Amino acid sequence: MKGRPANRMSDRIAIAALGASVLLILAILVVIIGNIAIHGARTVTWEFITQPPRDGLMAGGIFPAIVGTAALVILMSIAAVPLGVATAIYLHEYTPAEGLTLAWRRFRLSKGRAGRKRLFFRAMSALLANVTRSAVANLAGVPSIVFGLFGLGFFIQFVGRAIDRATQPPGEVVWGQGSLLWAALTLALLTLPTVIVATEEALRTIPQDLREASLALGATQWETIRRVVLPGALPGILTGAILGISRGAGEVAPILFTGAAYYLPFLPHRVTDQFMHLGYHVLILSTQSPDVEATKPLLYGTVFVLLALTFLLNLAGVIIRVKTRSRR
Amino acid sequence: MTGAFSVAGWVAIVFIFLIFLFTFRETAPVLNLPAMKAFFLARPPVWQPTSDIPKLSMIPIILGTLKATVVGLLFACPVGVAAALFSSEFAPPKLREVIKPVIELLAGIPSVVMGFFALIILATWLQDAFGFVYRLNAINAGLALGFALVPIVYTISEDGLAAVPRSYREASYALGASRLQTAMKVVLPAAAPAVFASFVLAFGRAIGETMILLMAGGNAAITSLTLLDPLRTLSATIAAEMGEVVVGGEHYGALFFMGTLLFVITFISNSFGQWVIRNMQSRMQGGAA
Amino acid sequence: MTTKIEVRDFNFFYGEAKVLHGIEFDIPEKQVTALIGPSGCGKSTFLRSINRMNDIIAGARAEGRIAIDGKDLYAPGIDVVSLRRRIGMVFQKSNPFPKSIFENIAYGLRIGGVKDRRVLDETVERSLKRAALWDEVKDRLGRSALALSGGQQQRLCIARALAVDPDVLLMDEPASALDPIATQKIEELVYELKDNYTIVIVTHNMQQAARVSDRTAFFMLGKLVEYNETRTIFMNPGQKLTEDYITGRFG
Repeated sequence: MKGRPANRMSDRIAIAALGASVLLILAILVVIIGNIAIHGARTVTWEFITQPPRDGLMAGGIFPAIVGTAALVILMSIAAVPLGVATAIYLHEYTPAEGLTLAWRRFRLSKGRAGRKRLFFRAMSALLANVTRSAVANLAGVPSIVFGLFGLGFFIQFVGRAIDRATQPPGEVVWGQGSLLWAALTLALLTLPTVIVATEEALRTIPQDLREASLALGATQWETIRRVVLPGALPGILTGAILGISRGAGEVAPILFTGAAYYLPFLPHRVTDQFMHLGYHVLILSTQSPDVEATKPLLYGTVFVLLALTFLLNLAGVIIRVKTRSRR
Repeated sequence: MTGAFSVAGWVAIVFIFLIFLFTFRETAPVLNLPAMKAFFLARPPVWQPTSDIPKLSMIPIILGTLKATVVGLLFACPVGVAAALFSSEFAPPKLREVIKPVIELLAGIPSVVMGFFALIILATWLQDAFGFVYRLNAINAGLALGFALVPIVYTISEDGLAAVPRSYREASYALGASRLQTAMKVVLPAAAPAVFASFVLAFGRAIGETMILLMAGGNAAITSLTLLDPLRTLSATIAAEMGEVVVGGEHYGALFFMGTLLFVITFISNSFGQWVIRNMQSRMQGGAA
Repeated sequence: MTTKIEVRDFNFFYGEAKVLHGIEFDIPEKQVTALIGPSGCGKSTFLRSINRMNDIIAGARAEGRIAIDGKDLYAPGIDVVSLRRRIGMVFQKSNPFPKSIFENIAYGLRIGGVKDRRVLDETVERSLKRAALWDEVKDRLGRSALALSGGQQQRLCIARALAVDPDVLLMDEPASALDPIATQKIEELVYELKDNYTIVIVTHNMQQAARVSDRTAFFMLGKLVEYNETRTIFMNPGQKLTEDYITGRFG
């Protein structure tokens, strides 16, 4: 059976079209970053970074916004990273590796009371792991604005007000309002899935025989994790943490009603303080500026700083990832 | 120590549950038939919560959400899959190592920056090029949204394409197929579940995206079917109006209702996407059709 | 006996490493030629050089001549894609596409531009009959090929290769992953197929080579040690190395 040979020219055109899509994406990237870099670089001077705003925010610097963003990100990391790493350790080290279907089958086919009880709990543990993983995946998909609503409805209205009722004179609102603390916790929830997934991947790269060797020498599971697994997985964990942090640094929707402010005459120094924020500043300057043309330089400068911050964090993560891969 | 770590395991489950609970809880003021009727059946469908007689029809906002999502997906899906195909099947390995991080860089741009770009720069270009009546419209916002969605479609599709076993490609070459034929008739169909899942996850992200659509959409909750009019989405409405509502009032409840709606839609769509990805594995390994 | 494939001074390199040294012999038409030898001797590499499947490996390089019907496959300007249509290949591990049985077989025809449903139906039936699989699957052509047993899948791959009507069939240890009964079926199939096709089969199973082939080539460390009628190789080998291998003195 002899058929028509493939048309070489139309093949080449098709492949070129596919390649063009990559070029298109690259072009979009270059245009966005280039435009911001060119227009923003002019505004970003030492003064810009270190001075507070003046003239009703038409001039001056964005120092408080930088401080606010930094404080927020640090608090968020303190909340998210340990919790995320712990969850990943739980999922990977303390739940059965064989998965629910197998664990349940082994339980159903087992005989003998002691064995059955053990296998039952094993199956339950596998079930819990599945549900947890599902919850993590769903957490990752929750829209950022819904996190903001949750921050408002839960942390501020529920927890914050309860703390106020318990610790403050009646009518006094200290915890039941937007603040660094609640915004940081809200953001921590948002970045949790990123940290968990990246940590699990890092744990997965440690071969099982290392763990077995440690246990065979008489170490407990926790000791094995602490001394053998974690040190090896640390680079991957760091990368994941930095990735999550850089994403959190750029999110604005969750902090809209949980503590961000456009202008504050002082820097935040308590967790119950409100704060200025680079991303929030960009939003307000873009959409509520009385004179768009006049504030454009300021706006570009702020965007520049925000983008630079995000990319620096991303870059740090990539460098760590590359460095550790070459080490292997 | 097992105990301490088990507690960590529960956190994600507890908080997903809490998020739904507390978002839903605040919808209490509007959990009644008259309010629901006003949301979905009011004629004319107008959203004006701050006028003397508040009009709370969600139709224009839902329509706006759909318009922006459709435009975004129409851009991101073909471009993302094409880039993934090129990267996985035709690019030399060194080039592939470069393409992936570059596209991830696009994913690293915060959505408020993308919104800024669309508002200040893209809108002007589009208007100069096409003469739009309204500078901020569904095309502007949808296109910027599409830029943000491309990395999602690309990453998941590319993973799916790369996971297709080498033996399939070899069998195809041995039968005298060209690289293009192999890519389009063997590899892409085999990776179809992954590509589909990438669309579903991009959809979920599009529905929930706030900043880009808030800044670049024009902020007008109008019921119109043309893409040249400004729009408002569910998330943008929440973002724009939550700051000024009376806690516990109808407007407040309506906004939280939108939030609950967003949560449920993205929950379903993301669960579906995860399910497709999980089932893909067994198909590839030779599970019976 | 007409020569179908002519090999002259054929050398093959993976990067700097030379893995085939000066291979030279003639493969006859419509007979089964077996390539035997210990692991790593280059027999699979040589087989894959015939349909230039090694081209897809980075750093692979060939020198010398392999000609089918007098035409050098490695001449500059040869269209590898059409070349592969004239040569069918069956792999060690069966690799049906995740498509239906019908679509697997029809694949080679479709990429060649054949669209006529009748032609496809006829060719699919003929190929499955030639591969001794038709009776087992004729009622479920629309079902997934992955649902078949290992032996059936391998026969499906043979049918798929036959569908484009090649002159030459290359088989790389086609039965090594199969149980004895499935293996026997494959061997019977090879025996029947040689009436119409030139077959080159790589096998590490000497008894299989003895059962199935007309001529046998013994490879070792990338060199062709001995090539002769199968009876001669196994009863009366000319080289000591061959005799040592046949009698099991080394793996």
